[in-house]
Amino acid sequence: MTSEKKKTGLLRKVLDDAEPHFTRGGKLERLYVLYEMVDTLFYSPPNTTVGAPHIRDALDLKRVMGYVWMATFPVMFMACFNTGYQANVAMASLGLETIDGLRGWFLNPFGYDPGSFFANFLHGLTYFLPIYMTTFIVGGIAEAAFALVRGHEINEGFFVTSILYTLTLPPDTPLWMVGLGILFGIIVGKEVFGGTGKNFLNPALVGRAFLYFAYPAAMSGNAVWTAVDGYTGATALGMAAEGGVDLIVKSQITWFDSFLGMVPGSLGETSTLAIFIGGAILLFTKIASWRIVAGVMIGMVATSILFNLIGSDSNPMFSMPWYWHMVTGGFAFGMIFMATDPVSASMTNLGRWYYGALIGFMTVLIRVVNPAFPEGIMLAILFSNIFAPLIDHFVVQANVKRRLKREAAFSSFDEKGGE
Amino acid sequence: MEDLLSLAIKAIFVENLALAFFLGMCTFLALSKKIETAIGLGIAVAVVQAITVPVNNLILNYLLKENALLQGVDLTFLGLISYIGVIAAMVQILEMVLDKYLPSLYNALGVFLPLITVNCAILGGSLFMVERDYSFAESAVYGISSGLGWALAIVALAGVREKLKYSDVPKGLQGLGITFITVGLMSMGFMAFSGIQL
Repeated sequence: MTSEKKKTGLLRKVLDDAEPHFTRGGKLERLYVLYEMVDTLFYSPPNTTVGAPHIRDALDLKRVMGYVWMATFPVMFMACFNTGYQANVAMASLGLETIDGLRGWFLNPFGYDPGSFFANFLHGLTYFLPIYMTTFIVGGIAEAAFALVRGHEINEGFFVTSILYTLTLPPDTPLWMVGLGILFGIIVGKEVFGGTGKNFLNPALVGRAFLYFAYPAAMSGNAVWTAVDGYTGATALGMAAEGGVDLIVKSQITWFDSFLGMVPGSLGETSTLAIFIGGAILLFTKIASWRIVAGVMIGMVATSILFNLIGSDSNPMFSMPWYWHMVTGGFAFGMIFMATDPVSASMTNLGRWYYGALIGFMTVLIRVVNPAFPEGIMLAILFSNIFAPLIDHFVVQANVKRRLKREAAFSSFDEKGGE
Repeated sequence: MEDLLSLAIKAIFVENLALAFFLGMCTFLALSKKIETAIGLGIAVAVVQAITVPVNNLILNYLLKENALLQGVDLTFLGLISYIGVIAAMVQILEMVLDKYLPSLYNALGVFLPLITVNCAILGGSLFMVERDYSFAESAVYGISSGLGWALAIVALAGVREKLKYSDVPKGLQGLGITFITVGLMSMGFMAFSGIQL
């Protein structure tokens, strides 16, 4: 740090004063990664590249992760509101006026009126916040422990993983399960490969899938989507698997409700509108690849139209149109936030189209023909993650071949020209 | 016809020999470092599988089954040894063909080519055929598609492992350890198909 930079405010001064303790020879040398995390969270890192090429770009990994995190704000907001709204509606229908325990102590003064925005939001917050904090604390400890022992930096990638993981969970998930899932996702999905950028599957989805297979009763079925004990309500997709779109409409859920997100479901997946707002930010800042998003969309639309045409007498899912596929379940959330994870997706531009289309195709396929899973996007993305490197490989090989051919054509042309 | 198609899809994805049954692991883990080698081995296994399963089906139905050869003679206890014999002969022929026409692949596969003889995915294919009582047509389809499923799995693993070359794995997990974890996670991705009824 040069002396001129020290003018820039109190926080910088505190950090600079603390720095000698953490650098080599300082008392807290072993904890340097923690200092580094706080420092670079607020300020750009002072180090510059030593050798060529010198890349000049304000958008480093930390800012990218920050943007993704901010893009989830509308989704977080809707997650709180809708969870509370669903719970309050359920309470009204059961005739409940109060809740027991700590949550009731906090919420009872505000009431549980499903018509009141404030009551809904607050009620949802008491479900969203504990899950998020558990994720953050448990996952953060795992992340920091690995960073300390292995000497790499604590990365903002964890912010993204933790919020995405939180938003995929049903609001009723027990907190110990939340902790277990994020531990599995962070450690087995990411840290054993060396941390952010070195994994091949999306760590948030690894944790979610782990819970899904380890505790199927808590992650699917009808009883888990609304945060009130003793109330069962299926998600729109669950209903569609039984009776098709007709059954959804019969239960007074319109397409527009589903688009806005006023339906039961996992915390962050319900509101397609909020997700698209976040998605617009990501696409506009070019953090998410529009090719992947377009690929997923095309794959989904094409596959669902194909199933519509095939038709089936016994399986009502065959006739579900693509615009219902888009607003139900986690499709939008997976498409915008999970599929576009740059680490586990395909890296080549052409490969991204194929990768996206594979996700769209698999999602509809699992939803329609696999009775074991009403929702398909999570497994579709994991499945496509596995094939992403392979897609890249073949795209690159095809490129090499084409160029060799062009080269050969040119050189034979030259020979002729020289005659 | 539709039955055969659903059998094929089932054998490739739902009951993938490598990722659902974890058969043929030693070659699966040892030869999945490079995509090119993996493709070669995958094709070799698929070819062997595609020929041995229907041939073993014929042997079972026309020689070994009760009353097939002679009235009142049941030779099914010779099953294992005759299936292995057929597989060994097939692999021997494949080895000679590769040595003659594709020496580079032959060298890349090295000792693992003759080891296809004792690859449990291959024997497993034949034994599944016996257990599930496939007809000749079914066993032909099953042989081809289960071999293809195994090839698909090893090529995908090779792709992932080429990507993981740039990862920073803790010392104790390097090599086979991280590969086992990788295969486990891949198998989780393939769970997408479990439960599909065709």
